[in-house]
Amino acid sequence: MRWSKVWTVARIDLHRLFISKDYWVPMVILGGIFFVFIPWVLLGVVTRPQSLQIVQQIGEVLTSLPGAASDVVQGETPQARAAYSLAVFLLAPVAIVVPLTISSAVGAQAIVGERERGIGEFLAHSPLQIKEIYAGKLLASAIPGYAATLVGFTLYSFIVNLRAGPLVGHWFFPTTGWWLLILWVVPPFLLVALSIIVRLSARVQSTAAAQQAASLISLPIIMASYVASSGFVLDPTLAALIVGSGAWILAIWGVMSGAKAINRERLLGVGTEA
Amino acid sequence: MTPKMTEGIHLRGVSRSFGKIRAVSDLTIDVPNGSVAVLLGPNGAGKTTTVRLITGSLRADAGTIQVHGLDPIADGDAIRQRCGVVPPKPALYDRLTGRNNLEYSAMIWDAPPEAIDEAAARFGIDHALHLKVAGYSTGMRTRLALARAVLHDPDILLLDEPTAGLDPESARAVLDLIRELAGSGRTVIMATHLLHEAEGIADQVILMGAGNARAAGHPLELAARYMKDPVVIIDAENRDRLKDLDTREGVVSTSWNGALHVTIESLEILPDMVASLVTDGVRLTRIEPMAATLEHLYFEMQRQLGEIPPPQVTK
Repeated sequence: MRWSKVWTVARIDLHRLFISKDYWVPMVILGGIFFVFIPWVLLGVVTRPQSLQIVQQIGEVLTSLPGAASDVVQGETPQARAAYSLAVFLLAPVAIVVPLTISSAVGAQAIVGERERGIGEFLAHSPLQIKEIYAGKLLASAIPGYAATLVGFTLYSFIVNLRAGPLVGHWFFPTTGWWLLILWVVPPFLLVALSIIVRLSARVQSTAAAQQAASLISLPIIMASYVASSGFVLDPTLAALIVGSGAWILAIWGVMSGAKAINRERLLGVGTEA
Repeated sequence: MTPKMTEGIHLRGVSRSFGKIRAVSDLTIDVPNGSVAVLLGPNGAGKTTTVRLITGSLRADAGTIQVHGLDPIADGDAIRQRCGVVPPKPALYDRLTGRNNLEYSAMIWDAPPEAIDEAAARFGIDHALHLKVAGYSTGMRTRLALARAVLHDPDILLLDEPTAGLDPESARAVLDLIRELAGSGRTVIMATHLLHEAEGIADQVILMGAGNARAAGHPLELAARYMKDPVVIIDAENRDRLKDLDTREGVVSTSWNGALHVTIESLEILPDMVASLVTDGVRLTRIEPMAATLEHLYFEMQRQLGEIPPPQVTK
């Protein structure tokens, strides 16, 4: 496989996305809602002096957790501990919802969209190997979602530290668990989903069908990631390492086997009836 | 004489079906290096499938294909590197500029960057390279697709309906450019259902029907084979006096198409026939031996070989 060709395929798609406002404006809005707006509002509510009732409720939830989990939570006051818990534990699934939503929208169109636009014929007659086309499409689907996550994560870190940092007594975010979540857990979950979605994109007959299928794939993966990220409450480091390792194994298998779903006949649109 | 299989493009008994539809059936064609072959036939004759089989984008169900001595399935990447293809739809990235389209193609085919401006200038699209392709006219799109196809200086050009949707002026310009490319020694296969496009370009016309080559050869060779009897166009002020022309000796048949098209056994009978018409009081306005155009040839071949059937459907 020639990586320069893989990057060329990815570059074409990324270039098209970059100049398409109808794609990146909703992407920015989505990232903004999950990484900026919701945390800003929720942390704002919790850190308000009038929010004692909410703080008490969160505090009760925390007392029901095992000792190891309670020990992780930082802050001297109930309000500080509530803000810390909200920022570190409750909003963790956001980190997977955003990249998956963004990337699955691109991945769903990866093959069927090209076919509908007639580009499939161009790719089929090109000297690009099928593996290179597949890897390029996968990369072009993964990059926007993951890039949005990294940018969102940076903004989220600032918001958390600005809102909750003064109560906890210092800037505490990102925690080790979040670093692991972003760098170790999110990428393989994203690749698992995309390896399935791009595979489906080669098999379905229309972009609409591909979008439907992508939604079906994303939902269980979001749920799985939610369960996984909830595990960080008990032991952030170990849980992330275990979950991430499992996801990486699945991702590598999914990516390696995914290329087999694509062939030149499917790019031309004559092999989709199978 | 059997051509050397390491040269040119050779299909032997090639078949390909899609479900129950047999798109190409036992197709055998030979296209020597540096020649222009025109695949001529109605929609559904198997022209596009043949182009796709040659690049290895489609796999044949049966038969063998050799492209410059290479097998499109085993050596597909090498063949596609040497091919320039213009598909029926130009297949361009609409949201990108013309230059972006050519730049990315140059990267895919490892063409030098300077080839971009050369190819664009050659097809008269250089002035619009900075514009988004979405704003291009159909003619500009075709020119860009042609420029893209020759960027990497391919040995083989596969043009599938390259003038589809073009106005006559643009179509003529595109055909002139194809003539120029053919003149530079490239092997060109052009699929079309437009007869006049093949005129003056083709070294070989391959008449396709139901996925099969029903006849093939140089247009003159085919004319000699299928148009043995010359045709003369005759018209007169008093046309009604021409009605019984087909009863005269040496006249094979007559048909009206604006004027009377008279098929005769030999041009040698023409002076006597004209003299006798004048004697009979026919006031002639036109007597013109007709040059055999590809259109006449096509319909004559069709008449002799039978109607070209639609694609075969197996039970």
